[in-house]
Order: sequence, then structure tokens, then C-alpha cells
Amino acid sequence: MNKNLWKVIFILAVLLVFVYGIIGIPKNWSKQGVLTSMQERIHLGLDLKGGTHLILQVQVNDAVKADAERAIERLKEEMRSANLTYVDISLSEPQSAPDRIAIKGVPPESSSDLRRIVSERLPDYDLTSGAENSWNLSMKPQTLTELKNRAVHQAIETIRNRVDTLGVSEPIIQEHGMGEHQILVQLPGVDDPARVKEIMQSTAMLEIRQEMGGPYSSEQEAYQANGGTLPPDTVLMPGRTIAGRQTDGKSQTVYYLISRTSAVSGRDLRDAQPTEDESARPAVRFLLTGEGGRRFGNFTQSHVGERLAVVLDGKVMEVATIQERIEDEGRITGSFTKQQSQDLAMVLRSGALPASITYLEERTVGPSLGADSIRQGVLTGLVGLTAVLAFMLFYYRGSGINANLALILNVIILLGFLGFSGATLTLPGIAGVILTIGMGVDSNVLIFERIKEELAAGKTVSSAVDQGFARAWLTILDTHVTTIVSAAILFIFGTGPVRGFAVTLVFGLLANLFTAVFVSRAIFDWVVSRKTRGEALSI
Amino acid sequence: MEIFRNPNYNFIGKKKIYLGISALMLVIALGSLIFKGLPLGVDFKGGTLVYLKLADRPNEDALRAELQKAGLQNARIQRYGKAENNEVLIALESTAQSSGALEEGKNAIINALRQLPEGKRDLNNIGMASLRDYLLEKDPLRLGTDAATRYQQIAEQITHFRDAERSGLLRSTAELNGVVPAEVISALDQDFVTSNVAVRNVEIVGPQVGSQLRKQALLATLYSLLGMLIYLSLRFELIYGAAAVLAVFHDTIITLGVFSLIGWEISLTVIAALLTLIGYSMNDTIVIFDRVRENLKFLRREPIGSLVNTSINQTLNRTVLTAGPTFLTLLALFLFGGEVLQGFALALAAGILIGTYSSFGFASPLLVLYLERKGARQSQRSKVEVAEPARKSK
Repeated sequence: MNKNLWKVIFILAVLLVFVYGIIGIPKNWSKQGVLTSMQERIHLGLDLKGGTHLILQVQVNDAVKADAERAIERLKEEMRSANLTYVDISLSEPQSAPDRIAIKGVPPESSSDLRRIVSERLPDYDLTSGAENSWNLSMKPQTLTELKNRAVHQAIETIRNRVDTLGVSEPIIQEHGMGEHQILVQLPGVDDPARVKEIMQSTAMLEIRQEMGGPYSSEQEAYQANGGTLPPDTVLMPGRTIAGRQTDGKSQTVYYLISRTSAVSGRDLRDAQPTEDESARPAVRFLLTGEGGRRFGNFTQSHVGERLAVVLDGKVMEVATIQERIEDEGRITGSFTKQQSQDLAMVLRSGALPASITYLEERTVGPSLGADSIRQGVLTGLVGLTAVLAFMLFYYRGSGINANLALILNVIILLGFLGFSGATLTLPGIAGVILTIGMGVDSNVLIFERIKEELAAGKTVSSAVDQGFARAWLTILDTHVTTIVSAAILFIFGTGPVRGFAVTLVFGLLANLFTAVFVSRAIFDWVVSRKTRGEALSI
Repeated sequence: MEIFRNPNYNFIGKKKIYLGISALMLVIALGSLIFKGLPLGVDFKGGTLVYLKLADRPNEDALRAELQKAGLQNARIQRYGKAENNEVLIALESTAQSSGALEEGKNAIINALRQLPEGKRDLNNIGMASLRDYLLEKDPLRLGTDAATRYQQIAEQITHFRDAERSGLLRSTAELNGVVPAEVISALDQDFVTSNVAVRNVEIVGPQVGSQLRKQALLATLYSLLGMLIYLSLRFELIYGAAAVLAVFHDTIITLGVFSLIGWEISLTVIAALLTLIGYSMNDTIVIFDRVRENLKFLRREPIGSLVNTSINQTLNRTVLTAGPTFLTLLALFLFGGEVLQGFALALAAGILIGTYSSFGFASPLLVLYLERKGARQSQRSKVEVAEPARKSK
């Protein structure tokens, strides 16, 4: 009797612990108070809470190309100061292998100097000789991988900064997939993904470059005005008509001739704030660092009377004539709304993305659908549970109560597991709970049928219960292990909602092992101990 | 109470018939899969899905005309959910290569179906944060410093009322009477309209992700089966594991065939259901095999066919009693669980029926056939051994 009493106390303790796991300690015990407390313990997935789920692809080749272009600049400087001649140094395959640099026209007597420069100044690159006075540089494979991974991590940090300022609660931003440079972003409660996506996607590459011609109304016009080809070290960049209001309500794209190198870049930004220009239109003011300011001052001083262009993400935002030396501050105007100017300032502050990102997948669950899903899921759960409980009572009579108690405890432990582990409950997860109810019955059925068999073979009640549990145990173990294996694989290969399902399934099966074997046994032992000799078991 | 009292049905005796039925089902399923194909959901094929709630009963032809005017030719329009909810699903194929084009598709759909007057915003498609920012700027209640918390609360009340009580679609700002102060409502009247289209759910899957998911789903299924084969070979012998795994293949193919025949789409949740089904079908077969293993210890002399038959009969009650409640819960899920889970419920419900059948109609007959053949070969060998020494001794 004592052993049974301890078992019952233990089971009650387990019950309390897991009920705590579900509802925590609510501030007040009204229905609302309990629900709120539950919501803090059990995290709802996006499909139940509403929100946005995005998968981003980081274009790591951008970061590689940027590094290679910096290497080219460094190499050119070094060769100039070492008085070495060359015909051309440029990227040989900018699209497919942006880390490959081709050096053309280096005479053979300079080759040892070139080798020295590369090994001292460009340690991340391997130098191989090519045909006819040409050489090839390519990034060392390990450095290349590191650079790509770093680009992904930096992108994650930058995106996290930007999302934080939006005030999204509990966002998830993490690497996704296996080595494909993808990022998973989950934003619960965000029902307007367009704005968030723009904020995340903007590379925020701000540069100030010299403007050398324009505006041209088309690319062809630009070529014609310059005698067929663009002058060396220049590019064409699009911009919008800023001065002079649009004629037909649409803003026109115009082109400017811009120098290839920048006087000031985003790295020289110290701060950015929304502000207003003289006509009270929203604008963004940016401040430069000391070093950046000095460089900007030198640039403006030596180009007084010429024009500069403020370029953001490859588009000309603003063109101005340099009146005098400017040291540390600049302003961007455009047809911004107030919110756009605030967003742009924030994006500039958060730092530039090391590489551009594209969207691979977007799922938005509106909050109305989320609320409906919860309601439907809970309703189904209750209907299913009631049906099963009624069935067990009807078929197994007295022992049916035993099975039902075990089943209810099973569900409580399962939900408590979810609360403790902080795992996310998704809509398939609710389906997993419902499935656990159905499959949890299986364990009890196996045991009860065995007990019936033993009773039919003439064993005593206590011996039949013993044998029933002993014989059924191996089968229960086998069936649970195989289902846990498939759930584990679902977890590894699945994402989001499917993972939620795998988690609830595994927790449910583990809980079931406990309730079907230990709890049911304890209840049976207690029932048997109260029976007189020869009294039948209600099963 | 018993469903079957001392059952003694002849399962194994009819094994050729059962195997024949299995073969027929497999042929039909494979035929449908090969010729009709398996309809892949947007998860695997890529594309854009927009779930909309409309204010009035959706007229599919009118909707299609609007979409075509906007240049969206191949949109698929489908009624969705209960009729009184006026919900519609619009799907665009992913002929686009870039994800940017897919997003434009979603915006194009939404813009084509609602007519927003110049300068007004849509109260039915605005997020809580943007609504709050609008209220802060407009300040209809003339609050001074404590505006932030108050307007946050009001924005939450409006969006909560719209989403939880009106399923996301307000017919006019008048519905907010009594929910928020009158000044707020008149401010909203100036700058907002309640369009007749509310977006409930959006899924945009780029083509790259689609193929990634396909690969993952396939790998997950194969690894699952491999894992179970290994576990079973350890607990039993290889033939048991092989028979169980073949039964699972059989169940999966036929369930997929059902989806192909009735044309329902395969989504991620359906794959989750299939993987669960694999576990469930295994369970069923394991229960019988466990009995066989136990009976082999006690009934050594009995021919293998009748021993397996006895095992099936002994576990018959349990089989039906487990499939029963599980089937009941799945039925509840199918009827009440909402659209999202219907594919899941169908896959599992069909799978359980087929899985239960395959345990006695496919796996066990295969096991018996193999063991009988092995037994026959062994007794052949022992006959030869007996003959040889007799000759040698001569």
C-alpha cells in the first residue's frame, strides 16, 4: 500500500509540474489572466500568431567582388610606387568568378618584384603566371570561403539591427539551409512586409563621386555626347529628375556620367538623421568621420566649381556644385515622404550590407487567419479528445477510466514540455497533439488486450496485469522508437511548421511512454490492491 | 467487451488474393502518378498564392477579367473555405525566374482587385504599426505627451477588432462605433477607405526554394525508411525489416496515388503526414511481427503459414482498436480543422486504412512466402545430405 501511495504522490507531483509548464504562475486566476500567462509560456508559431516568414539569399559574390576591386586598387598603387609598368589590371570573370584578377603587360624583368609585392601586400591571393607577360591572381580557397561566410554573418547582424529598430517582438534571424548562404527571417506580428523588406534589402551603399556630365535623357544620348565611348574611369548611373517638377506625374530616369572611384563611401559615415530642406521637404543629413571628412575636404577643395553626385545603391540621388571646401557633413534630398526619410536615415546608420540580398521565399499569415487557425485547432482537439475518451470508456468500461486518466495526463505533459522547452507550437503542431491522442490510445490498447488474454487463459487478476504489462512493453518500445526516428528526421529536414509537428510528436511519444506504462500501472496496482480475492477486473 | 471473440479468420490462406489486391492498387496508383502526375503545391513548384477575403460573394469571371486587365494571364482562381466567408485563392505560376517578379505578381493581384481612390489608404490592409504611426501624426484626440501609449492601444483595438471579430474585413468605419472614440473614426473617414479586399495569407516561393524543398522531402523520406530498416534488422532479422519497409513503400505509393487521382495538391504538411504515416504503418506491422517472434518460441512445430495467421488473429482486436480512435481524431481534423490541415488529414486517414490493410495483406504474406521458400530449400538440402553419406558408406 505504501509503495502505491508514493507512486500516486509522484504522479500528482508530475501533474503539477507540467501544469506549471503550461500556464506558469498567472497574475490573476481569471480566464483572461490564465490565458495571458499561457501565451507567455507557449510560443505560437507564425501560422498561429500571424506574421511574415522570409528566406533571403545573400549574393556573396558581391562581397568577393568588392574585396577583389580593393585588391586591384592596392596593387596598382604598389606597382606605381615601385615603378613597375603594366598594361591592365582588372577582373577577368566578374560574373562567375569575381575573385580572379588578370594582370596584363608586365615585362619579364619585373616578375620577381611582382611576386614580392603580391606575397607582401596581397597575402590572400595566389599568383600564377599566364601567357605572354600576363599573370593571374585568385583568392586562396580558404580565404574565399571565410569571406563568403563572413558576408553572411555580417548581413545577419545588419539585418538584425534594422529589424530591431522597427520594434518587432521576438524576431528570428538566422542562417538557413546547409551552406547555401541563405538567411531565415521570421517576424511575428508583422502584417506589412513590404516596408520591412525594403528596409532589409537596401544595401545602403552611400558614395560621393565626381559628376562629370549629364543629365542625359538616355544612355544613347550620353554616348553620343562623348563621341561614342565613355571617358576612361567613368560609368553611367541612373538618377531621377530632381530639379523641375515632373510633367506627366511620373518621374523620369536620367543618366549621369560619374567617376568610377568615390571620394567618400559609406564606411566614412558617422551618423545620419532625418531632417528637412529649405522648402520643408523631408531629407536626410549625414555626418562623416574624421578621416572621411578630411578626404572629403581635400576632394572638395581641389574640385571647387565642379559638380559632385551623391550616389545611393547605384542611383544618383543628388547633384550639387562644389562652392567651397566641405569637411564633414552632407545632405540628401529627393522626393521622400517623412517615413521614407526616417527609414533611409536608419538604414544608413545601421551600416551597409556587405552584399545584396534577394528574396527566395515569402509567406505572410495575416493575423485574422492566425486567430481562426487557433480556434479551429483547439476545437478539433477537444472534439477528438472527447470522442476518444468516450470510446475508451464504452469499450473498456472500468479500465477505460484508467486509460482516460493516462491520456489526459499525456496531453498535459506534452503541452507542459512545450512550455518548458520554449518550443514553438504551430498548426501542424496542434495536429501533432491531436495525433498523439489517437496514437496514445494504442499503448493502452496493447496492454489491455494482453491483460484480457491472460485473464481468458485463467490467470489471476494481479498476475494477468503483471503479464499484460510485461509482454506489451517490448512492442510499445518498438513502435515508439520507430515513430521517434521518423519524427527526428522530419525535424532535421523540415522547417518552421513541419518542425513544430515533429517536436510535438516526439514529446507526445515520450510522455506516452511514461503515462501508458508507469501511470496506468500505478492505477491498476491500486485498483487490484482494493479488490477482494477472486473479484473480476472491469476491462 | 470484445469486437472479435477468438477470431480465426484465414488471412494467410488467402494471401495470394490479398497480394493480388495490393498489386492492383499499386498498378492503379502508379498509373495515375505516371500519366496524370502528382499535383505539387506551391511549396514545391514555386509560385505565388494570395488568399483573399472579399466583401461580397466572389464572382470568378469578374475577378478573372480584372486580373487579365492588369496583365496577369495565367492566374488560377479558386473558391476557398465555407461559402459565407467569401474567401478566394488566387495562384500565379512561377514562370518568373526572379523573386522580384513574383512579388510584383502579388502586388498586381491586390491592386487589380481593389480600387483605391487617389490619396486614400486602405483600412483593411494596413498593419498595426503603420496605423499607430498614422494616428500619432494625425493626433485626432489632441493628446499631448502621452499620445504614444494611447494611440498604440487604439491601433491595437482597431486591428484586433478587424481581425478577430470580422475576419480581417471591415465593411465601413461605422463598424468601429463603440470600439474607439468618435474623433478617431472621423479622422479615419478622411484618410482611409475600407476596400472590399483583405489579404489573409500570402505565400511566395521562388523556384530555387521549391526545388530545394523537393530534394529535402525526398531525402527525409529515404533516410526515415533507412533508419527504420536498420532498427528492425537489429531487433528482428533482415527479412522482417525488409517486409515491413516494402509494406511502407506500398502504402506511400498508394496514398500518393489517391492524391493524384483526386487531384489534391502535395504541400509540406502533406509530406509531414506521409512521414507520420510511415511511422504508423511500421507500428502496425511491428505489432504482428512481435507476435510472430513470440509464437515462434512456443509453437516451433507449427508450419510458418498458420503460425503467422494465428499471430494476425491474436492481434486483430488491437489493430482495429488502434486504427479506430486514430481514424476518429483524423476525421475530426478533416471536418473541423480548417483548410490548411485538410490535406494532412486526408493523407493520414487514407494512409492508416491502407497501412492497416498492408500489415496483414502485404507484409505478412510476403514474410510467409519468403520463409516458406527458405524452409522448402532447407528441407531439400537436408534430403540431399541424408542421401550422400548413404552412398559413400557403400
